[in-house]
Amino acid sequence: MTDEIILQVKDLRTYFYLDAGVVKAVDGISFDLHKGETLGIVGESGSGKSVTNLSIINLIQTPPGRITGGQVLFHGEDILKMNSNRLREIRGNRIAMIFQDPMSSLNPYLKISTQMMEAIQLHQGLNKKDAKAKAVEMLKLAGIPGAEKRVDYYPHQFSGGMRQRVMIAMGLSCNPDILIADEPTSALDVTIQAQILELMQDLTRRLGTAVIMITHSLGVVAGICDTINVMYAGRIVERGTTDDIFYDTKHPYTQGLIKSVPRLDRDTGERLFSIEGQPPNVIDLPDCCPFYPRCHRAMEICRQKYPPVAQFINGHCTSCWLYSPKDAGTFNLKDEKK
Amino acid sequence: MSGNILDVQNLKMHFYMGHEGIIGGKKKYIYAVDDISFTLAKGETLGLVGESGCGKSTVVRAVSQLYRPTSGKVLLEGKDLTKLNKTEMFSARRNMQLVFQDPYSSLDPRMTTAEIIAEPMQIYKKRGFVKMSEAEIDERVEHLMELVGLSKFFKNRFPHEFSGGQRQRIGIARALALRPHLILADEPVSALDVSIQAQVLNLFKDIQKEMGLSYLFIAHDLAVIKYISDRIAVMYLGKIVETGGYKDLYANPLHPYTKALLSAAPVPDPAVERKRQRIILKGDVPSPDVQRPGCCFYDRCSEHKDCCRQSQPQFIQPAGAADGHQVACFLFVQK
Repeated sequence: MTDEIILQVKDLRTYFYLDAGVVKAVDGISFDLHKGETLGIVGESGSGKSVTNLSIINLIQTPPGRITGGQVLFHGEDILKMNSNRLREIRGNRIAMIFQDPMSSLNPYLKISTQMMEAIQLHQGLNKKDAKAKAVEMLKLAGIPGAEKRVDYYPHQFSGGMRQRVMIAMGLSCNPDILIADEPTSALDVTIQAQILELMQDLTRRLGTAVIMITHSLGVVAGICDTINVMYAGRIVERGTTDDIFYDTKHPYTQGLIKSVPRLDRDTGERLFSIEGQPPNVIDLPDCCPFYPRCHRAMEICRQKYPPVAQFINGHCTSCWLYSPKDAGTFNLKDEKK
Repeated sequence: MSGNILDVQNLKMHFYMGHEGIIGGKKKYIYAVDDISFTLAKGETLGLVGESGCGKSTVVRAVSQLYRPTSGKVLLEGKDLTKLNKTEMFSARRNMQLVFQDPYSSLDPRMTTAEIIAEPMQIYKKRGFVKMSEAEIDERVEHLMELVGLSKFFKNRFPHEFSGGQRQRIGIARALALRPHLILADEPVSALDVSIQAQVLNLFKDIQKEMGLSYLFIAHDLAVIKYISDRIAVMYLGKIVETGGYKDLYANPLHPYTKALLSAAPVPDPAVERKRQRIILKGDVPSPDVQRPGCCFYDRCSEHKDCCRQSQPQFIQPAGAADGHQVACFLFVQK
């Protein structure tokens, strides 16, 4: 990880306009990504993890979705304002993506070689022969035995773990600056998951690629991420280095999340901690703290207004009224309008 | 009858997959569950853990007789389920209920919550096994909903109006309707979010305490299994390779596969993650379409010996292991 910032997300808002109302899937999130950094985005289903990443490469389906505000600066250039030609130069080349289910993201009708060479030829301008050599080289890097032969296999001839290796090889084949991985190991077994995580970590370190890793598993982020964004109902509720998030947890939601995972390495005791209640319905969310109905430390102000960001050391920050007592005291519903 | 509610002996479940070639070829089988035995004591939870394709779900289906096992015995409270006729089986099923993985597909979308929970009682009432008036059934439904943490005002709502965790609660209430003694739970929490998963796991524990149930609990998440189980059986490729008390098995794993599985599971603690040495297994799980003469883990095991390929290891309790901690591996056979 270096100090060079390659991606800046500023106050990004992605809303979905449905018949039932407006879903604020991503509602004003901001973060930076440094070169070579591995950023984990954790949260439960519906918290806006995947929409964040689709917004970053401007892949939101319109309608019903629309990016209504904010900026995504990639090396200083706003991705949200690019025309389609410029976008095409970036997607798959400078910013690559891998998805949860490798079978549905590979084309079953085409050989692996065809699918890999397509991106390599398009973005790197290599001829067929060189592109194929590059594809074989990437498959070898991704630890696929017999890559020369298997490059001409079809996706169904690979197992789940092998397919995910192919996806990683494909994603990294153009040496992107950022690799976005959306739940890359959730469909895999534990032993295969360990293989794939190890591979991703090893390859991205060697190539200096920054990774945005979306996952719901706290175990996965603890193992491989440098920094973590915790999301709840479309907002980042806490952000910080992995150590800060795990050992100096600020937000009650993060605290609850960490406590409610059963642990292998220690005795969890008779009863597991659990956050009561259900995740909020995201349609037409009021402008208050969305976690307050489930929060054991909720105050009156939490019900009225969304908390400002409270800063701590090392870029650790959280949005919770517990850490903004001054604002909480002077708060007046009438003159504050967001 | 011993204190065991469930006693499974040499259970085999092979699926016929057609012939090789056109005429007269060899018959092909998938050996999904191949010769496994285990017992489950009253009030106990046995956790069955393993990777996808190892036969966990097939065990549940073979035990509940949704599949007729190829061979072996399944004794439920001393009665061999494989020998029962239809009516006897119908009667026996009351004591053994299932909770499924996917709370979306296991509830009928066109029935209300009350109808779903009452359905088992209605079916058994129709055949005369249960004598309950409609009012009694109604009362029981309300009681069950309260028990699993759902407000009785949700009685007339349909499944789509609930979240995943609430649906799983409906599924649990339905399973409890006939006051079973044994619950077979097939990955009941793997489709749920972390915070909801904790709620449902606690619910399983609370109900067990209150009603004295026994669970056969399946999951692929080792931490979940550790939390819920008294004893654990680790499956690999249709066989149980190690079984033991939950503390012993995690503190002192014996089988090389168990060791690899435990070392691979991510722990939500950065310090632990940085320090630990993963045992990365080579390759993938082989296909269960051949019966191996030797140990099922042979091809991926880093510690295999010559004898592992030739014959199958028997279950033994190695010297120094805790009581009831057994393993099927040649590394522990004294020569």
